[in-house]
Amino acid sequence: MRILLLVLMLAASPALAVLPDEMLADPVLEARAREISREIRCPVCKGESIDDSNAPISRNLRLLIRERLVAGDSDSEVVDYIVDRFGEFVLFNPRPEGSTLILWLAGPVLLLAGIGVAVAAQRRRRQPEAKLSDAEEARLREILSE
Amino acid sequence: MTTGAAEGRRDFLLGAGKPIMKRNRELAMIIELGHFALILALMVAMVQATLPLWGAHRRDARLMALAGPAALVQLALVATSFGVLTWAFVASDFSLAVVVANSHTAKPLLYKITGVWGNHEGSLLLWVLILALYGAAVAVFGGNLPASLRARALAVQGMIGVAFMLFLLLTSNPFWRLATPPLDGRDLNPLLQDPGLAFHPPFLYLGYVGLSVAYSFAVAALMEGRVDAAWGRWVRPWTLAAWIFLTIGIGLGSWWAYYELGWGGFWFWDPVENSSFMPWLLAVALLHSAVVVEKRESLKAWTILLSIIAFGFSMIGTFIVRSGVITSVHAFANDPERGVFILMILGVFTGGALVLFALRAGTMEAKGVFALASRESALVANNVLLAVSAFVVFIGTIWPLIAELLLDRSLSVGAPFFNAAFTPFVVVLAMILPPGAMLAWKRGNLGRSFRALVPALILSLSLGALGFAMQTGQTALGPLGLALGAWVVFGALTDIWARTGREGFGARAGRLFRLPRADWGKAAAHGGLGITIFAVSAMTAWKIEDIRVVQLGETFPLGGFEVRLDTVDEVDGPNYRSTMAQMTVTRNGALVSVLFPEKRIYPVAGMPTTEAAIYYGFLRDVYLVLGDRQQSGGWAVRSYIEPFANWLWGGLLLMALGGGLSLSDRRYRVAAGAQKSMVGVPAE
Repeated sequence: MRILLLVLMLAASPALAVLPDEMLADPVLEARAREISREIRCPVCKGESIDDSNAPISRNLRLLIRERLVAGDSDSEVVDYIVDRFGEFVLFNPRPEGSTLILWLAGPVLLLAGIGVAVAAQRRRRQPEAKLSDAEEARLREILSE
Repeated sequence: MTTGAAEGRRDFLLGAGKPIMKRNRELAMIIELGHFALILALMVAMVQATLPLWGAHRRDARLMALAGPAALVQLALVATSFGVLTWAFVASDFSLAVVVANSHTAKPLLYKITGVWGNHEGSLLLWVLILALYGAAVAVFGGNLPASLRARALAVQGMIGVAFMLFLLLTSNPFWRLATPPLDGRDLNPLLQDPGLAFHPPFLYLGYVGLSVAYSFAVAALMEGRVDAAWGRWVRPWTLAAWIFLTIGIGLGSWWAYYELGWGGFWFWDPVENSSFMPWLLAVALLHSAVVVEKRESLKAWTILLSIIAFGFSMIGTFIVRSGVITSVHAFANDPERGVFILMILGVFTGGALVLFALRAGTMEAKGVFALASRESALVANNVLLAVSAFVVFIGTIWPLIAELLLDRSLSVGAPFFNAAFTPFVVVLAMILPPGAMLAWKRGNLGRSFRALVPALILSLSLGALGFAMQTGQTALGPLGLALGAWVVFGALTDIWARTGREGFGARAGRLFRLPRADWGKAAAHGGLGITIFAVSAMTAWKIEDIRVVQLGETFPLGGFEVRLDTVDEVDGPNYRSTMAQMTVTRNGALVSVLFPEKRIYPVAGMPTTEAAIYYGFLRDVYLVLGDRQQSGGWAVRSYIEPFANWLWGGLLLMALGGGLSLSDRRYRVAAGAQKSMVGVPAE
């Protein structure tokens, strides 16, 4: 409902989450840093990525990501590094492993089930078109004459 | 009751005419009158929920006839109650707890009024008001309904009213008084003091709650034990109306998020956003399946089930937002008592209806048979995809809760998941839409539909290729979104053109404007969807972001524009202080616009906000956000080029307009048609 409603105290301030002084000179590394930080959740905020958040811990995490990237880590190594320290809570994109597989597979499984039900219903629906047996014809006449 | 500090303000508001004590008693009376009206409305709703139902069971015309007047009286009483609460906000009656918490004497009048629903209690009163409004509308426009169906539908509507009014009175009473009213209020959250957001809740609620009518009709039809083409024709306009409002409401919210939050984003997959999106998706599914019931008397059981689920998701949305159980950036009300109450309402209404469905679904045998390649099949595919996509949004929204409660894992599900898991359904839906929409009922010819669409296909693929050639980056998303959106738009155009027959161009062009409005509605809504798909992918793929420190007088380049920071000044607003920059946007030296991005502080609420300044262009928006002053001198500035942003709002609007055209189609306006179709349709 109201998307609105008291919209977050937090939402207003983070407009300048990523500050100019944090940014790396190398545009490729910086773009990778932004890409990663958009998928990392701020551990203390309500549902914001560290890219959007103004909290000090988010700034520290953003700086940490850049440090790791400059040190030569790959994107997934950086993410692993953060998850090792803060837990999977900070991942906005939960990894499809263990029980989280249910989350990822729920949609496709339901889709298959939906298609199955639709096809079955379609088959069932077509049956009345089939010719009636003699016994059924007789019963039909009986009913109609009643 | 109202004594103490608020007296002075009351004197000021009313002028001195009567003795103070008497005036206070009268003021207290007005508030109590609103409270009392709400309690009376609850009583009326109880009558509405029971006697007509009993009457329908006993075939007692007098008892059934009670439903209509009861619905009207309920509306009058709830409206009185809502009017009183509005008055309390406008007059700043600080003896009411909600007014203190959400208003301030210095607040502009518009936001005093919209502050009525800018809080938990008031927003629920609005919910109940709109519910009563729909009930009364069914009573007024339902003259052509069979008496028992009308009585039963209104009774179910009454039951929902009872549940939510009890919720309101027992856990969230807006007429709660303070023994010692303070001199002034704590002000409304400044982010809500905005015209875009002010009208977002009423529209959203008109949509959410509108789905209750489809639910009531579904439950009533289950009680009656019959669903026929006429039922589809009654339910569809209500669903359509609800969907139009929901579309506008979501659009307003998205637009607000775009210009107010200062990120230049328009959708965050936040649980609160999702809870308005799920009923929207299901309403779209319901709109399409009700057509099949209306035209072909098929998919009846599914349509009934969908009506129940769609309103169920409206209530789930209410639960998610009102209980704060799923913490989101929007969550502010964390009150388990309220959450449990809504969960109970949800359980009773969804569970009860589903049990009834299980008992009676067997009685709804399909009449119309159809081949695999037919409009019916295409609409089944539409429904499967929409329902599954709504489910994906649902499971993603509640998964953190499930993981924490059942699996003891603390995890998050955010935008990356939804983008990956939801988008494929939309892509498939958009791909099958044009041929599906052109297939004939009952037995279609897939080859013929495709042949008609060859020009549309070539055109959209070329546009996609053009987009790929013209873009600077190397993303596939932009061109694919362009091709897909164009495919849907040109498909809609091909479809409506095909409706004009096979004669010469002139005759067909002339006939184009005599086509039923429903045809135009379909074309507009589908075209709007295509434009929305394109705009979403364009804004995602081709957005340009720039973050930097800018000195006064400095000019910096921004995606083909030049932006200069002219001045930064302190400015006073009615209830805030602003730091306002003046920035000049030029293109090749020619002036494009002068923009004034601001940072505001609302001292009463103690909250800063960012007011982005936006130049709204046809092909792109220039979006500027002012940040903090830097120690080195100069100001942090974040700027965006938002390509085709206006196309997003335009696409949403076009969808809503299409709904409106369809709603105004002759077959829904001519009551005689509905009556005629009733006669001679045997009970099943």
